Amino acid sequence: MAEVYLDHYAATPVLDEVAEAMRPYLSEEFGNPSSLHHRGDAAREALDSAREQVASLVGAAPEEVMFVSGGTEANNTAVKGICWAARRKGNHVVVSSIEHFSVLNAARTMAKFDFEVTEVGVDDLGVVDPEAVREAIRDDTVLVSVMAANGEIGTLQNVAEVAAVAKDKGVPFHTDAVAAAGWIPLNVADLGVDAMSIASDMLYGPKGAGALWVRKGLRLMPLLDGGIQEDGRRGGTENMPGIVGMGKAAELAGRDLADRASRVSAMRDRLVKGLLGAIPRLRLTGHPTERLPWNASFLVEFVEGEGMLLFLDQKGISVSSGSACTSRALKGSHVLTACDVPAEMASGSLLFSLGLENTDEDIDYVLETLPPIVDRLRQMSPLYAKYLKEGGG
Amino acid sequence: MNPRNVGEIEDADGIGEVGNPVCGDMMTFYIKVDDGKLSDVKFKTFGCGAAIAVSSMVSEMAMGKTIDEALKITREDVADKLGGLPKQKMHCSNLGADALHKAIQDYQSKQKDKEAQHG
Repeated sequence: MAEVYLDHYAATPVLDEVAEAMRPYLSEEFGNPSSLHHRGDAAREALDSAREQVASLVGAAPEEVMFVSGGTEANNTAVKGICWAARRKGNHVVVSSIEHFSVLNAARTMAKFDFEVTEVGVDDLGVVDPEAVREAIRDDTVLVSVMAANGEIGTLQNVAEVAAVAKDKGVPFHTDAVAAAGWIPLNVADLGVDAMSIASDMLYGPKGAGALWVRKGLRLMPLLDGGIQEDGRRGGTENMPGIVGMGKAAELAGRDLADRASRVSAMRDRLVKGLLGAIPRLRLTGHPTERLPWNASFLVEFVEGEGMLLFLDQKGISVSSGSACTSRALKGSHVLTACDVPAEMASGSLLFSLGLENTDEDIDYVLETLPPIVDRLRQMSPLYAKYLKEGGG
Repeated sequence: MNPRNVGEIEDADGIGEVGNPVCGDMMTFYIKVDDGKLSDVKFKTFGCGAAIAVSSMVSEMAMGKTIDEALKITREDVADKLGGLPKQKMHCSNLGADALHKAIQDYQSKQKDKEAQHG
């Protein structure tokens, strides 16, 4: 049976070159970068190299890049670290309502410690209005965090504009670039941001590694106290295999960005066009044009996401959904809710996240497989029966 | 996943609808009763894989049973027959049993009305 993997937002395969680069660090190159002997030196060099590779992806100075355990830690460090360090200046944080939970919940945790959080809404395409951010900023705001792009609905944000608003008001600006890194150009100087999160596992690197870029001079309280690794900002012996892998993945992402974006977006566009044409009462979520090259997210009326997922899985197609049934917490996607999608519609969410190894044949297979599945689920659905009785179809 | 008994019964003797799409699940059960036994059971479901499996299983369990036997089918029976359900999916098994019981109650209240008319 064919295997068609279209859930890259959940996990990406590690590229061969990346695995090769990591291999020595899982065997003979086992040194600790903090050790003062030749083995430690070798590790230190590898660490420095990886740091340069990641810095290069975002046009930053290497010493401003901090390695962490992934996108979640990067976001937690940014939100909690910056807020804690600035608490004498103020206790207000501005975030968008569609941030990843690692930003949103980190901010909500700060609210339990006498911080106040304003969640700025989005329009129905998921776009944050920079002016809404400006209005939300107060004299006691110590951080603004708005993502570069949303991985669920694909919408790209006007990062530079929002960053300019924050700068104008003298407030540090952090952007979660986890979904966007390696797919759109992200130069920290061009964007005017003060902190940026990246994750290795979205770059076809290993899981368990990430980075937080922080502009020199922006104070941060460490989440992990311990040794003075990462310039005293994150204790803990470095995850050398993960970091080396991330470095290599970042280097390849920078080198191949334009090619990847153009090839994958072409397949994505064909998938979108094909499904919109083949399945009635199906619509695309997020911005139609300003969206991540790999993201094709839909709402399918009258059927539920997990049902679609299971039938697709039976046919070898792996995708994801924002429906409540597919979440462990049984809560629907907060992103779709923020875009004013009614709960009933949001249940029919289907998220395709394309990747580097997908082919045109994969897209063809989805185009021939999904429509009959939707038909079958609609035949089972009381909502579809009601729609037909009311004169639909 | 191969659900049995999907559909509607045009002249159903009882119809039971439970759940609501806000939580992601909705089930409608249709029954035909002959000689005090469920001679046909059909359903429509909007919901996740567990919901679909539950409604299919309930329809199989209820088919051919007497009214009393069908009313005794509990959410635990359904979950057991399916080989267990993950904790967060147990509410789906509730819906299945409840929809069936509601269909039976609908049938029973229709019967009472008939008796009242003819009585």
